[in-house]
Amino acid sequence: MDKHLLSAADLTANDITRVLDTAAHLAKVTDRAIKKVPTLRGRTVCNLFFEDSTRTRISFELAAKRLSADVINFSAKGSSVSKGESLKDTAITLEAMGVDAIVIRHGASGAPWRLAEWVEAVVVNAGDGTHEHPTQALLDLYTIRQRFPGFDGLKVAIVGDVLHSRVARSNVLALTTMGAEVTLVAPPTLLPARVETWGAAVSYDLDAVLPKQDVVMMLRVQLERQRAGFFPSLREYARLYGLDGRRLDAMADHAIVMHPGPMNRGVEIAAEVADSLERSVIADQVANGISVRMALLYLLLGGPTEGFGEPQRGAPMGRGVA
Amino acid sequence: MLSDASTPCGLGALLMSGMATVLDAADVQRALVRIAHEIVERNKGTDGLVVVGIHTRGVPLARRLAAKLSEIEGRQVPAGTLDVAMYRDDIGTRPPQATHDTELPFDLAGKVVVLVDDVLYTGRTVRAALDALTDFGRPRAIQLAVLVDRGHRELPLRADYVGKNLPTALGQAVRVQLAETDGSDGVVVEGPAEKVVAS
Repeated sequence: MDKHLLSAADLTANDITRVLDTAAHLAKVTDRAIKKVPTLRGRTVCNLFFEDSTRTRISFELAAKRLSADVINFSAKGSSVSKGESLKDTAITLEAMGVDAIVIRHGASGAPWRLAEWVEAVVVNAGDGTHEHPTQALLDLYTIRQRFPGFDGLKVAIVGDVLHSRVARSNVLALTTMGAEVTLVAPPTLLPARVETWGAAVSYDLDAVLPKQDVVMMLRVQLERQRAGFFPSLREYARLYGLDGRRLDAMADHAIVMHPGPMNRGVEIAAEVADSLERSVIADQVANGISVRMALLYLLLGGPTEGFGEPQRGAPMGRGVA
Repeated sequence: MLSDASTPCGLGALLMSGMATVLDAADVQRALVRIAHEIVERNKGTDGLVVVGIHTRGVPLARRLAAKLSEIEGRQVPAGTLDVAMYRDDIGTRPPQATHDTELPFDLAGKVVVLVDDVLYTGRTVRAALDALTDFGRPRAIQLAVLVDRGHRELPLRADYVGKNLPTALGQAVRVQLAETDGSDGVVVEGPAEKVVAS
């Protein structure tokens, strides 16, 4: 894989497996009395957030801190960005301060790619516009792997506002790379043009799709989309595409429900479904986000910054190459 | 399997190149039995003793030692595993090492920990292991057991129990093979035997 993590499309099946395996080992750090390892001592990670975020920013911050990296949290509000500083000038400023990694969330699709051209630091895409959110996809895959033996042939439905969802795009890329069979379920207005090129099946009928799925991933409805006319009313959306108790009963007994958060309870997901202890893995997704981001930071920053390839099998513990 | 350099122990002259088996399966077994007895003797029994193997090949060695210790003293000696990838001092200078699970199913406080690895070379892995153990508690003492000591230390460390002292050249590789990981037991030295350097 590359030096940066910009798109889930850049990850091979081996890359993804390595991230998930490493995350599984690092998850144990969270169970210890001392929830910290010295791995990235002396490295600096900057969370550069141009959009509001709770879980992603805190998750990256905790992940970096558990690896002993120093963390700078930058949010556009209250920074020089509100005085009109450009992304490029902000990037150059951060580079001059010597950060080793920049975790960026930006409202403009493609912003992380531009940033990666300007800086030497490792760039991690934490959500760019309506484009991609690769670390969310990785933590979703990790969560799925906790419940299922593998991805090959696994049936995953991604339901809701696919058009504006960076979570959907990254998940389709990562899940299909791993051999899962993805079905996108949405009203026609909320599907992107040329969605048939994504390698996923498409359906407008949630009730027809649900019983066959192993995993049902609900997407957040961005409420401002209704004003823009993508669907007539929230009530109608909830009736046609919301996951309620009746639909939960129609799912297979072993199937799980996921949601990247933040949830609109009563719209795309009913409270009784979100809080279902047997089916909902939404809280697991949040907890797993930290382990997966620790793994990524370790793999991206723990080497001589040319990214990570295959694990070194020949000389594991370095006894050879002192 | 992994150490890269090595020469045959004192057999350097015999092997101008190629590969030499320095311990066969029976030798490995005998070395472990002797180490187990040394551990019991030194600690006057196995009271408060735990055995911790460093990934990868320290793990099966630790399990075997724990089983042998349990057999000698007639009481169970617990075994654990330790991954040191996150504690290494060369992080950032070469591709990130594969990680493994650390499993220490006991409280370290007040215990005597016998740390086990296959090859003692520069000492850097053991240093990382000492740091890692410290994050889990404060043992009463830590002792080190290795199957092979090949010399060339870069840190002021030594082993308490050694299966075989194996003077090697830097250009050689010492490969430890264990039934659990490689199908059979043995220690092989590979590479040109320039000058054998004493440890």
